[in-house]
Amino acid sequence: MQMMILLAWRNIWRNKRRTAITISSIFFAVLFSIFMLALQNGSWGRMIDNALSSYFGYGQIHKKGYYDDPGINTLMEYTSDWKGKSKNIEHLKDFVPRLESFAMASYGNQTKGVMINGIDPKKENALTKLSGKITEGKYLELNDTAVMIAEGLASQLKIGVGDTIVFISQGYHGVNSAGKYTVKGLLHFGPPDLNKMMVYMPLPEAQQFFGCENLISTLIIDIDDRSNLPGIIKKLKSQVEPDLHEVIEWEQLVPNLLAAKQAKLNGVYIFMLILYTIISFGIFGTILMMIKERSYEFGILIGIGMKRKLLSMVVMLEIILLGMAGVFAGVIAAIPLVNYFRVNPIDMSHMEKGLDNMFDQYGFEPVLPTAFDISTFVSQAIIVFVICLLLATFAVWKIYHVKPVESMKN
Amino acid sequence: MTVIETKGITKVYNPKKVPVHALRGVDLTIRKGEFTAIVGPSGSGKTTLLNIIGGLDQASSGVVIVDGVDITRISDNKLIDFRKEKIGFVFQAYNLIPVLTAAENVEFIMLLQGISKDKRQKRVVELLKSVGIEDQADKRPSKLSGGQQQRVAVARALASKPSFVLADEPTANLDSKSTAQLLDIMAKLNQEEGMTFIFSTHDQRVIDRARRVVTLEDGMIISDVTR
Repeated sequence: MQMMILLAWRNIWRNKRRTAITISSIFFAVLFSIFMLALQNGSWGRMIDNALSSYFGYGQIHKKGYYDDPGINTLMEYTSDWKGKSKNIEHLKDFVPRLESFAMASYGNQTKGVMINGIDPKKENALTKLSGKITEGKYLELNDTAVMIAEGLASQLKIGVGDTIVFISQGYHGVNSAGKYTVKGLLHFGPPDLNKMMVYMPLPEAQQFFGCENLISTLIIDIDDRSNLPGIIKKLKSQVEPDLHEVIEWEQLVPNLLAAKQAKLNGVYIFMLILYTIISFGIFGTILMMIKERSYEFGILIGIGMKRKLLSMVVMLEIILLGMAGVFAGVIAAIPLVNYFRVNPIDMSHMEKGLDNMFDQYGFEPVLPTAFDISTFVSQAIIVFVICLLLATFAVWKIYHVKPVESMKN
Repeated sequence: MTVIETKGITKVYNPKKVPVHALRGVDLTIRKGEFTAIVGPSGSGKTTLLNIIGGLDQASSGVVIVDGVDITRISDNKLIDFRKEKIGFVFQAYNLIPVLTAAENVEFIMLLQGISKDKRQKRVVELLKSVGIEDQADKRPSKLSGGQQQRVAVARALASKPSFVLADEPTANLDSKSTAQLLDIMAKLNQEEGMTFIFSTHDQRVIDRARRVVTLEDGMIISDVTR
């Protein structure tokens, strides 16, 4: 064993250029694959965070049955008990109440279907940073009898800040709901659908409008970090009355987002496959170089009595040592790189105007951060190392086919 | 005592395309302690015969019996073991392992045999001394002259305590002085330890020192003279 290691070690340093090329190809393979995956995971993580924090939240609590059949008659009580619950669960920042339903909005001769969101302005702002979307006018106060509307809707109704808008709808248990409100502010939403239908009203005013005092449709779970979500959901599920309430996670709330992520990731996996293929050819080239360079020596060693199995083990050991060096160096180099782009994401707002608009349209920040996830480093290191081992089997195959006389002639 | 016996060995290269008959029925017997030169012009089949006797190449037909074992009928793995235990090789181009020192090259074959470290190191010192390069033990082949490398190759060939040593054109790359030194060493080992040597050569200096000269021509033995 000692001689095997000695032989392998000395062979590694025998042709320094070949060794440098092999280690470099493995190094760049690991570095690129880690960075690419970290960028994809980070970008998608940020997009999901953007999408969830702009409206849906990471989870919601409803009256049981609301998820399957949402409507103004499936409401839950909003009591001070919920505040106590939020304090008992670690990483749960707050519960954000919302009363959501549809209505007809009218101004002058224009009429439009809208979605009314009764909100606690402070809590809503803490969750969705709604005040940042104001383009004209002011943000709501809890005791206002005014509304904020999306600027696309305002444009369709030809209404502005200070004008009075009229809503009519069917309220709780069939009551007629009607009211007129001053437009206090206009909001800009990236997604066109939201920009044409969103109306925000203080929660007490919305409850009065729909005739459902102390009732809400949704209690949004505001948390500190997405990674803590599973634990929070588990605790919440154990604390709510299963006959009265349901706890819904974001994957159920926005299945399209999850499907889009998966579809995009499939594309990434294909890209990674292409990357691995290119990497494999790079590493394979250096292994071929090594085999060619040493076929004469293989012939001698087998000729004087070294078994093919033992020779294969020496060559495998060489490739394992080179692989470990390249993988280790790649991981070490990837750590600061991934961390830098996690803290300083690639800013797409300086790119083409169209690209910037595309991000805005989907409601995403125009930045691409990396995700610093240990599993990314470990998985890519293992994959590239396994590629090295698989390619090394070619060297073994060649050794098992060496004919001493022919090799020595060459 | 017979060490090597070949019966009707033939070797045909490219049998299906353009057949080249390298050996045409060679019968040869080598006894223990012989100092034999196989001579003949280029292409006469000297190296092919040596490779077949050494189990490095396979005969197209015929039998090769080494130490009572028909090596044409054993598996590749057993043949490798057989070469390791029974045959010492000295090649024209020395063929030392470039990453190992002179001492490690000699020790390597014993390591493959599973000999203990103490015994290995003792024998390495003895062998390097017997070929006169004990002071070069820690040098790698690239730092040694051709003559010194060939002496290391002889020490390596003897390390496994083989039944015989096959030397393929051992002096072809050596100057006169190195050739004389190498032949002295091998003759001494032959006389004092009874080691059997078989050379392929067309070097007259080697032929002059051989006690038996087998001449090949066109793949056949045309003369076999013992002096």
